[in-house]
Amino acid sequence: MKNYLYSIILITVFLMIWEAGARFVHASFILPAPTEIAIKLWELKAELLLYHLPVTLAVIAIGLGISLVLGVILAISMNISETLEKAIYPILITSQTIPIIALAPIFVLWFGYSIWSKVIVTIIITFFPITVSTFDGFRSTSKELKELFQTLGASKRQLFFKLEVPSALPSFFSGLKVAVPMSVIGAAIGEWLGAQAGLGYFSRRMMTQFNGAGVFAPIVVLSLIGILLFITVVLLEKYILKWRRS
Amino acid sequence: MREQNQKLALQFKNVDFHYKNDAGGIPILKNMNLSVADGEFVSIIGASGSGKSTIFRLIVGLEEQTGGSIYLNEKRVTDRSGKVGYMPQQDLLMPWRTVQQNAALPLELHKESRLGRRAVPDLLEAFGLKGYEDKYPHELSGGMRQRVSFLRATLSGSNVLLLDEPFSALDAMTRLFMQEWLLEQWEEQQSTILFITHDISEALFLSDRIFVITDTPFTTLKEIEVPLERPRRQQDSDKKEVMKLKNNLLEQFRMRV
Repeated sequence: MKNYLYSIILITVFLMIWEAGARFVHASFILPAPTEIAIKLWELKAELLLYHLPVTLAVIAIGLGISLVLGVILAISMNISETLEKAIYPILITSQTIPIIALAPIFVLWFGYSIWSKVIVTIIITFFPITVSTFDGFRSTSKELKELFQTLGASKRQLFFKLEVPSALPSFFSGLKVAVPMSVIGAAIGEWLGAQAGLGYFSRRMMTQFNGAGVFAPIVVLSLIGILLFITVVLLEKYILKWRRS
Repeated sequence: MREQNQKLALQFKNVDFHYKNDAGGIPILKNMNLSVADGEFVSIIGASGSGKSTIFRLIVGLEEQTGGSIYLNEKRVTDRSGKVGYMPQQDLLMPWRTVQQNAALPLELHKESRLGRRAVPDLLEAFGLKGYEDKYPHELSGGMRQRVSFLRATLSGSNVLLLDEPFSALDAMTRLFMQEWLLEQWEEQQSTILFITHDISEALFLSDRIFVITDTPFTTLKEIEVPLERPRRQQDSDKKEVMKLKNNLLEQFRMRV
C-alpha cells in the first residue's frame, strides 16, 4: 500500500482541483464535478452493474479469450516456420494501422447490433500485443540451452514444452498486461458505435441527453474493470512465475 | 591411484571435420586420432579458437564429422545425442526450475527407470546440495550452480562426461576447491572425464593426460602425461617436475599468442 501512497496523493489533489473547477464553471453537462459523478454512480448502480456491466463483461471475456487463442497460435506458427513468419508478420503490423473506429460501423453493418461486432473490435485491438510478445518470448529461448537439450537427446516435443514454452511465458504475460486494459477500451468503442446495451452504449446515450455525470459514471466502472483485470493478470503472473520472486 | 582398465571409453578414428560455409569450409580436424581409456581424466588445452570446443561438439553430436568415425565405449555411434554427459561453460540452469528439477532433467527426458529417480536425493547430498533442493538457481552461489550442472551431466547416465571450461567463471578461491571436489566425485563415480580448459595449472592438477592443441587443422594432439600420484591436493602442483612441465607448456603457447 505504501507504494501507492504518492499516486493516491496525486489523484486526490487532481480530484480536488477538478471539483473546484467544476463548481466554478458550473456547467455540469460539460464538466460534472467528481462528487456529482459519484452521486450519479450511486443512483444508477443497479442499472449499471446488473444490466449493462454483464453485457460489456461478456464482450471483454469473449474478445480476450479469442485473442489469447489466436495470438498464441499465431506466435507458435511463426516460431515453427520461418515461411509462416515472413507471411504473417507484415500482415500483423498492417492490421494495427487500420483505424478501427472508422471500420467499426462496417462491423455493425455485417453483424448488426449483435455481440460479434464488438467482439471483433476487441480482438483486433488485443491480439496484436499478445501475438508479438509471445513470439518474441519464443525467440528469446537461449540457443545454448537448446543445444544442451539436444545433447540430452530431447525430442522436438520435449524441447517445445520443457524449454520454449517456459522461456516464452514472461513475455507472454507482458503482452497480456498490455492487452487486458485495451480489451476494455475495445469493448467500449464497439458499444459506442452500435449497441443496445453495455457500459459504452449507456455512456453514449447519456451524451445525447447532455447528462455529463451520466457520461462519466459508466466510464468509472469501465476503468475499474480494467484495473481489476490487470491486477488479476499480475497475480496470475506472480503465481506462475514464482521463480522470479526475491 | 585409481585403476584403469584397457577398455576405451572414447575413440576418434581418422576424423575429418570442417564447418560448412560458402568457401567450402576451413578444415579444423584432419585425419585425427584420439583415444581415452575408461576411467581416465583427460584435459584438452589450447588457445581460444583452436578447435577445442569443436571436439566436444563432435562427441555430443551437435556436429557431424565429415569423415572417419567416432567410437563410444568401443561401439561406433552415429547418433550420439543423449549418449554422453555434457557440462557446458556457463552453468545453463533453467531459471524456472529448482535445483532438483534442473538436475533431474536428463531422467525426465528419457523416462528413465524409477531406480534412476531414486538415486537423485542421495546424489544431491553427495554433491553438497542437500537443503537446497527446492531453491532456484539465482539463489545459489556460482560454485553451487556448477555443482548442479555437473550433477545434471552425471544423471545423463553416461560414463563419459565432457566438461567445457566449467570453472572459468568462478573466482580463484572457489575454483581451487571445486577442482578438488571434482576429483573426489570422479573417483567416487568411476567416470571418464574429458575436460576443456585454457588454464595450464588446472589441467596439470586434474588430469592423467593432457592433450595440447597448437595448430589448426590438427591431425594428432600433443600428449603429456602428468607425473602426479592420486589422490592429489592443490599443494602437489608445486612439485618440481610439475612446475617444469608448466613452464614448458607456457613457453609453447607464448610463441603462438
